[in-house]
Amino acid sequence: MICQECKERPATFHFTKVVNGEKTEVHICEHCAQENSELFMFNANTGFSLNNLLTGLLNIEADLHKKKEQKVFNTGDELQCDRCKMTFSQFKQTGRFGCSNCYHTFNIYINPILKRVHGGNTVHTGKIPERIGGDIHIRKQIEGLKNKIHEFIIQEEFEQAAMVRDEIRSLEKKLSSSQEEGS
Amino acid sequence: MSLQNFMNHAMSSWMNKEGPDSDIVLSSRIRLARNIEKFNFPTLSTYEESQEVLHFFETTLKNKTFPKIGRLELLKMNELQPIQKRVLVEKHLISPNLSENAIFGGCLLSENEEVSIMINEEDHIRIQCLFPGLQLGEALEMANKFDNWIEEEVDYAFDEQCGYLTSCPTNVGTGLRASVMMHLPAMVLTQKINRIIPAINHLGLVVRGIYGEGSEAVGNIFQISNQITLGKSEKDIVEDLISVVQQLITQERTTREALYNSSQNQLEDRVFRSLGTLTYSRIIESSETAKCLSDVRLGIDLGIIKDLSRTILNELMILTQPGFLQQYFGGPLRPNERDIRRAALIRERLNLEMERKKRMEDDES
Repeated sequence: MICQECKERPATFHFTKVVNGEKTEVHICEHCAQENSELFMFNANTGFSLNNLLTGLLNIEADLHKKKEQKVFNTGDELQCDRCKMTFSQFKQTGRFGCSNCYHTFNIYINPILKRVHGGNTVHTGKIPERIGGDIHIRKQIEGLKNKIHEFIIQEEFEQAAMVRDEIRSLEKKLSSSQEEGS
Repeated sequence: MSLQNFMNHAMSSWMNKEGPDSDIVLSSRIRLARNIEKFNFPTLSTYEESQEVLHFFETTLKNKTFPKIGRLELLKMNELQPIQKRVLVEKHLISPNLSENAIFGGCLLSENEEVSIMINEEDHIRIQCLFPGLQLGEALEMANKFDNWIEEEVDYAFDEQCGYLTSCPTNVGTGLRASVMMHLPAMVLTQKINRIIPAINHLGLVVRGIYGEGSEAVGNIFQISNQITLGKSEKDIVEDLISVVQQLITQERTTREALYNSSQNQLEDRVFRSLGTLTYSRIIESSETAKCLSDVRLGIDLGIIKDLSRTILNELMILTQPGFLQQYFGGPLRPNERDIRRAALIRERLNLEMERKKRMEDDES
């Protein structure tokens, strides 16, 4: 098959473009593909990516929120991160945050998105950095133990529940002493 | 430079090792995305900030020695030639994004190329560990070690609720992307793959072509990775992926066997035709090369071809890509020139192997 752009070289890229539901078959050679890389989707940066999908989701979510908000406040002021100065519309365009503080700034918009992207999850249950995560480690441990107590009580294993309760108390002491040191 | 010398230089040492289940799984990769609290994310950073981030990692990590790994070498993107960068992309050591767009992009690379740490990509750092065969657990362990070593020196952007904070919300939480590269020719040939891909997608995993997002599965090679990074632990993410990969391995092996038993002649014909094309052609495009390499690899796995090793195919897969070809032949080549040089390089490599074989036989007699 000959390249439909230059009509000289053999076409080595074959794909289907869908624009507004209209399908077009594209057959072009590597040379023309590179020249038209913006038109076609070879490059991760110009192509259709997960990021584009995400920004699509964001637009829908943001519109929903806007309607709700307008009823209550009708401020017209746009959310902006006070640390990096990224605005919500900038975020919607790129799908990327400007700094760690953006997660707090755009919190109300983010949770529904996180839920959709991460299979309904919004809370991190993975690794916690050793050095800066000190208190979090203890708090997570306490949380886990509290669930355990609950299970023991349901199973009427009260002795084991009491042991876990003591463990929680000692962890709570550790937590409050580390917080006093910190303050 | 002779091809042998070039190869010795060009191949990462892990590529010459065969990992577990390497008849189906080519490689396992773990990537951890991390950012430093005190800097804005690369999305917004100014020229000066990006420079500061690069400098920061240069001074903190470059001169450190890591157990079993040694020192890391820093490659600065703005000091590399386009062909050199392309070679790094083809070896999967850096992303196309880092090679083309990053301001003050860098890559800290271990000598055996198992560990590469991209700097100023979409996130401040992306720790990558690449192992041959199915070794996701091992790769995660290694990536975790590096993560801990780095965390001794820097304050990561971390939040109790959201976990590790990343530029893109699709990576937030663990920041972990685990992926496995698989060769699945029998499932493609029998079209089983068309039913399996949607099923895998349902499990929160993604199936893509060899070069990630948006690329097609060239040479029957598929990349399978986790999509969800939040709400699951690192261990669970990796274990879920491994369990799916193991099922795919079993499926592919049974399908190969069934295919061989039911259509031995057709399969042998296909394999030897492809070997013939690789051995004798004078002009060969990359897509045909990928197809032939896939057939020959299947032939080796099924014992149809006995005198070639899988490692040669790993080498050829890498060597015949545009960046490597241009580096080997010493300059930019247009696509049609590449097709000629590619055919020449494959012939040269296969001849080298035959000579080696002959020498071994002579020594034995």
